[in-house]
Amino acid sequence: MKKEEEGSERPDNTAFTQQRLPAWQPILSAGIVIPGFLLIGLAFIGIGIALFLTSQTIQVLERDYTGYEQTSPCFTCSSPSAKNCTCEITFSLDKIFTGPVFFYYGLTNYYQSFRKYGVSKDDNQLFGDTTYFKNPQDSCFPYQRDSNSRPIVPCGALPNSMFNDTFELFHEVNKTKKRVPLDGKGIAWWTDYNIKYRNPSFVNGSLANAFEGTEKPINWPTSAYELDPTDPNNNGFLNQDFLVWMRRAALPQFRKLYRRITEGDYAAGLPAGDYFLTIHYNYPVLNFDGRKMVVFSNVSWMGGKNDFLGIAYLVVGSLCVVMSVVMLIVYAKYKFKEDS
Amino acid sequence: MGSLLSACGLKKKKKAEENRHLRANDREFNFSFQYANNAIKTSRYNIFTFLPLNLFEQFQRLANAYFVFLLMLQLIPQISSLSWFTTVVPLLLVLSITLAKDLSDDITRHKNDKHVNNREVEVLIDGEVKKEKWMNVQVGDIVKLENNEFVTADLLLLSSSEPLNLVYIETAELDGETNLKVKQALTVTGDLGNDIQRLAAFKGEVHCEPPNNRLDRFTGTLTVSGETLALDNERILLRGCTLRNTEWCFGLVVFGGPDTKLMQNSGKTVFKRTSIDRLMNVLVMFIFGFLAFMCTILSIGNAIWEYQEGESFIAFLPRPDGANASLSAFLTFWSYVIILNTVVPISLYVSVEILRLGNSYFIDWDRKMYHVKSDTPAQARTTTLNEELGQIKYIFSDKTGTLTQNIMTFNRCSINGKSYGDVVDFAGQRVEITEKTEKVDFSWNPLADPKFSFYDHQLVEAVKQGSPAVQDFFRLLALCHTVMPEEKTEGELYYQAQSPDEGALVTAARNFGFVFRSRTPESISVMEMGVPTTYELLAVLDFNNVRKRMSVIVRSPKGRLILYCKGADTMIYERLHPSCSKIMEVTTEHLNEYAGEGLRTLALACKDLDEEKFAEWKQRHHVASTAMDDREAKLDAIYEEIEKDLQLLGASAVEDKLQDGVPQTIEQLAQADIKIWVLTGDKQETAENIGYSCNMLREEMKDIFIVAANTAAEVRKELVNARKKMSPESGDEPPIMKSRLWGKKSQVVEDEKVDGEYGLVINGHSLAFALQKDMQLELLRTACMCQTVICCRVTPLQKAQVVELVKKHKNAVTLAIGDGANDVSMIKTAHIGVGISGQEGMQAVLSSDFSFAQFRYLQRLLLVHGRWSYLRMCKFLRYFFYKNFTFTFVHFWYGFFCGFSAQTVYDEWFITLYNLVYTALPVIALSMFDQDVNDRWSFQYPQLYSPGQLNQYFSKMAFVRILLHSCYSSLILFFIPWAAMNDTVRDDGKEIADYQSFALLAQTCLLIAVNVQLGLDTCYWTAVNQFFLWGSLSVYFAVTFTMYSNGMYLIFTSSFPFIGAARNSLSQPNVWLTIFLTTILCSLPVVAQRFLFIQLKPTINDKVRHKVRQSKAMPLPPPRRFPRRRISTRRSGYAFSHARGYGDLVTSGGFLRIPIKTRPTIFPRSETPVADSTPQTYRAIYQESASS
Repeated sequence: MKKEEEGSERPDNTAFTQQRLPAWQPILSAGIVIPGFLLIGLAFIGIGIALFLTSQTIQVLERDYTGYEQTSPCFTCSSPSAKNCTCEITFSLDKIFTGPVFFYYGLTNYYQSFRKYGVSKDDNQLFGDTTYFKNPQDSCFPYQRDSNSRPIVPCGALPNSMFNDTFELFHEVNKTKKRVPLDGKGIAWWTDYNIKYRNPSFVNGSLANAFEGTEKPINWPTSAYELDPTDPNNNGFLNQDFLVWMRRAALPQFRKLYRRITEGDYAAGLPAGDYFLTIHYNYPVLNFDGRKMVVFSNVSWMGGKNDFLGIAYLVVGSLCVVMSVVMLIVYAKYKFKEDS
Repeated sequence: MGSLLSACGLKKKKKAEENRHLRANDREFNFSFQYANNAIKTSRYNIFTFLPLNLFEQFQRLANAYFVFLLMLQLIPQISSLSWFTTVVPLLLVLSITLAKDLSDDITRHKNDKHVNNREVEVLIDGEVKKEKWMNVQVGDIVKLENNEFVTADLLLLSSSEPLNLVYIETAELDGETNLKVKQALTVTGDLGNDIQRLAAFKGEVHCEPPNNRLDRFTGTLTVSGETLALDNERILLRGCTLRNTEWCFGLVVFGGPDTKLMQNSGKTVFKRTSIDRLMNVLVMFIFGFLAFMCTILSIGNAIWEYQEGESFIAFLPRPDGANASLSAFLTFWSYVIILNTVVPISLYVSVEILRLGNSYFIDWDRKMYHVKSDTPAQARTTTLNEELGQIKYIFSDKTGTLTQNIMTFNRCSINGKSYGDVVDFAGQRVEITEKTEKVDFSWNPLADPKFSFYDHQLVEAVKQGSPAVQDFFRLLALCHTVMPEEKTEGELYYQAQSPDEGALVTAARNFGFVFRSRTPESISVMEMGVPTTYELLAVLDFNNVRKRMSVIVRSPKGRLILYCKGADTMIYERLHPSCSKIMEVTTEHLNEYAGEGLRTLALACKDLDEEKFAEWKQRHHVASTAMDDREAKLDAIYEEIEKDLQLLGASAVEDKLQDGVPQTIEQLAQADIKIWVLTGDKQETAENIGYSCNMLREEMKDIFIVAANTAAEVRKELVNARKKMSPESGDEPPIMKSRLWGKKSQVVEDEKVDGEYGLVINGHSLAFALQKDMQLELLRTACMCQTVICCRVTPLQKAQVVELVKKHKNAVTLAIGDGANDVSMIKTAHIGVGISGQEGMQAVLSSDFSFAQFRYLQRLLLVHGRWSYLRMCKFLRYFFYKNFTFTFVHFWYGFFCGFSAQTVYDEWFITLYNLVYTALPVIALSMFDQDVNDRWSFQYPQLYSPGQLNQYFSKMAFVRILLHSCYSSLILFFIPWAAMNDTVRDDGKEIADYQSFALLAQTCLLIAVNVQLGLDTCYWTAVNQFFLWGSLSVYFAVTFTMYSNGMYLIFTSSFPFIGAARNSLSQPNVWLTIFLTTILCSLPVVAQRFLFIQLKPTINDKVRHKVRQSKAMPLPPPRRFPRRRISTRRSGYAFSHARGYGDLVTSGGFLRIPIKTRPTIFPRSETPVADSTPQTYRAIYQESASS
């Protein structure tokens, strides 16, 4: 039997089975590593300088208005008992704040990244699925139903805690306060506005009817369909401020876009001069040691102001160059003997 | 499990069965005991039990149980920090892969069972012989076996076709021994012959021991018509044997199927684990601890956070019963167990199995380990031990059949002072014999063995010319031996020799025209140069270990009375007639020359005897041989008397043929710092001789200690002396490193430094003393200081004990290699067992982990496959731990920024797919294909092997380094994005520091960083590596963009909440700059560190790789050439088997096969009266029994 199948057990002679696949076998030779480090270092220094300079050109103006200190104009508003409180902070610009200027509100020590807070919403509700209007998801608990067991729409802690301070900005021109137009359109992501969030279909031509039988979030002064009384299209889940809020922050210190200053006389930026910011103070943060602030900033190709990247690139680039020199010295001095 | 259950069931039954009682031909009676029938079942499942049983088994594994535990945690809403699918998807994958593998294995087993169970055998049923399937054979049945058939079950031999009720069996499948064994039936049953009616009427009852696995023992009784007879192993044919040289035999089934000794011996495979497995178990325990530690820190963090912040954060996230910090911390602990579970390398186990399987296939596929002659490829029978092949420190090798081919060839001879056998060219220079050298043509001799080859034409000329000395030489070889001939058809001669040496000598004589043809107790028939001649055999003066010689006394047809003697030269020389002194001198020279070449020599002598003296001697011989007391000594003295004043004929030299490339392999392995111990059952001289010829013992060794003492004290003294000589300053107490690991005490004897090379030869008797508890460390110390250790005359058990000793007290990996049944114990004991396959015996192979046909493949198995496997496995483990730790630690850092709320950093889908899809294939490719240098270079620099022996690539230290490296990388991977994204916005002022964008950024950074790390670890970039690496990255981006696309959200809404994150974030330059920065920061320090280490502290690998790089332009190094170092001046052992000869049997006639009808008679019967008379008596008995 064996003779019949002579050689039949012989393994195939292929590069794969014989482990002779053609291969590239790079090694960390001095000729590659040292110049490589040098080149990377130089490139990083170049990028770092560019980033740093870019970052320097970005103007940022940041004002804390929490009212924590007694001297703060908003001190009175920060007490829990204050209702419909308004305060005003002023600032002046020495030179023009180049436009387009973005107007942010910022919060610190605010854990939007807390897991249970983050999942406390109902994506199906927010997608306009009215079946979930009647039965919000359990993840919304305890903002799932109100005390009368009426379903809350939008349910959950995340919508419920929506930021509700509002701001008005005035520019002092010839001793009179001139209102700076704030543009609230298109401040949310395109995908959020167009895909992720949807209002329920109108019932009898009205959004309000679609919310029939639901309760507004407990902390909200108005229902979702009345968020923006000035613009009927900016209501429900497609309200821009709501969308911005719902895109929860990764870190406990964050800023969110409030308005853009792009219109009228201020399209080119905020001219030098004195400004008054009127704040309708509603949002309590002091009880968890949080801070609120307003931020005006413009942007560059690399986004908002962030010195870190530029400096990091410079440092890493320099280290690479230093390293390449060290390696050169070591190589020249200790290069191992050829014989083994 | 199925088999386990059934095995347990059987065991229970067995326990109940205290002895076995059965009656021949009485199925009903035997049925009452419910003995197992002859069907065997090695399969584990059937169609219905497969799924439930297999799943049940799988969930008993730690890894799967852990998955289930996680899954249960995830189903608790208060704890669940990850969706259920992150666990279920990998679990399903693992389960289904294992399911498929087990299914295919079990189908193979089913097929094998079916094949064996459906073999047919003739069974005596209701007075008729019928063909029956094996599985239907019952205990108590009588079966008829024919020549060359497998024994169906464990049988009690009843009768056979051969005289004296003998049968010949080959036990190769059972114990690997290929020589024939004899079994004999009781006379009572033997008388039944093949008389069907009498057999059918046979009602013998057997009482015997219950089924057990002892192959060499059987106790029982047979009761026939009131008479009770003892039964022992001699009467039993075991399943697995093959009937040989026996026309037919009848047997009574005693044990069937699962009860047979063969089956009782199988299935008890010891589960071998590699040292990496053991290390992994320790590490996994450590990792569990580490996981608990991390979770504790995070839950403490959570408690503090709840206490400080959470309470006030209540405005946004009120809890039902207020903020309870301790409850929250408790829940957080378990939530983090879920999130951080990836530090426990559960999926690693699956991948490791895949890798080992792959690397096993490479062994199976290797053409350089394929033996053409026997058509045998190498085989990795155990697929879970590969990387340990790269860590071997000690090799224990059998000699016969492993180092040697167990083929003796008649190589040289010295006749009357002239040496033959060398091939000499015209200039008188010796020519090395190769395949091309012209062989001597033996076609003039019709009875010549075609396989015999000889190269010196002078010798055959001398025979043809009728030189009396040469003719006498071969006449002696043809007459003076105990070989049994077998001639099935005219001219087709087979010799059954007790030792292969004898066979070689008789075959040589056969080819040179002195053909030994047949023997009877009183005569030997030889064809002398074509003339049939019969010698009267008067006496056989048998071999034993003291005499070291054998003689025959024959009377030639012409009436000459001659004594022929062959034996060890020292023995013969003492007994030569002084007139031979001249030829003695020349012959001594030749003997030295042969010995120097490692040949086994015998001196041959003869003497004419005087009729009267012989008659008188014969008388006394008869008295001595029938003496009741001290017979041996008396016989020896009688023999001594007549074996004197011999005339030296010459000397023969037989080569115990080493397998090809053995010395080179041993040299290579020694270079790789592997110590080789030879454990052989052979006698000391032979073992030493082989030690020299395969370069293990060398002339230039400082000393070779021979331990051959008879008492424990002497053995100890010799061992200590040897040790003191090697290392005078070594202390009396062995340098022991005591350590306690998991409650197991281990004593590890450290290596001691020795100057120069030494060898140690120890015989079995001394070894028995040395292996005693109080002396074994002494043995170990001394032996480990020697370069070479040879243990001879060792029993299989001692072989295992030696291996066990080293295994236990040396922190080293051992490998045992052998071919026979006597090696099984050591093969099973050693960390890795290798069997030499392609020969007839299978037992060693069956119990081995790897098998191949030639010893020389061992170097490829270790230096190439083993080394690569080890390298790959370690690279794999290092990288796998790195990627999982890095992945997990980022979660840990994020804990500080999410209120320790067990918020994941990454998208849940990324978590699900990370190990399964995004990083699975590149690392598999790395660990399947990577090679630091190719096989040629591996052979060129055997030193490359040593890192494996020292566990350098993966150890606890390496693990800690990985941990730190991962820690560094995870810091980079979390804090660089953190700093870069802090308070930043998109270039259109919109949000980018949101959770989803951050998650996307962090996971992209991670994936790219670990892939770059993989690239740095890869030495050998095949197209597959490239494809998998780039493919995985592309798949990541493709999958990510798809999952985050509008379409997916519209279809599945809440399943893919990350919609748009990829588009909005990955379009930003600062995001890419961040990714680039993290990648560089993760990889460049590694590059710099490696580069500096290569310069400052290059390893052997670095050096060789550098060399490879330098020689790229040049051709590959030529394969290492080894000088033939065989010149030694020592005298070798003589060519005899160490056992007592067959002399008694030869003269008693008991072993003779009597030609009845199969063999044509060449000589007239009348010439051999004994041969003639035996069949007559036999027939007479037969007729008698038939008539009765």
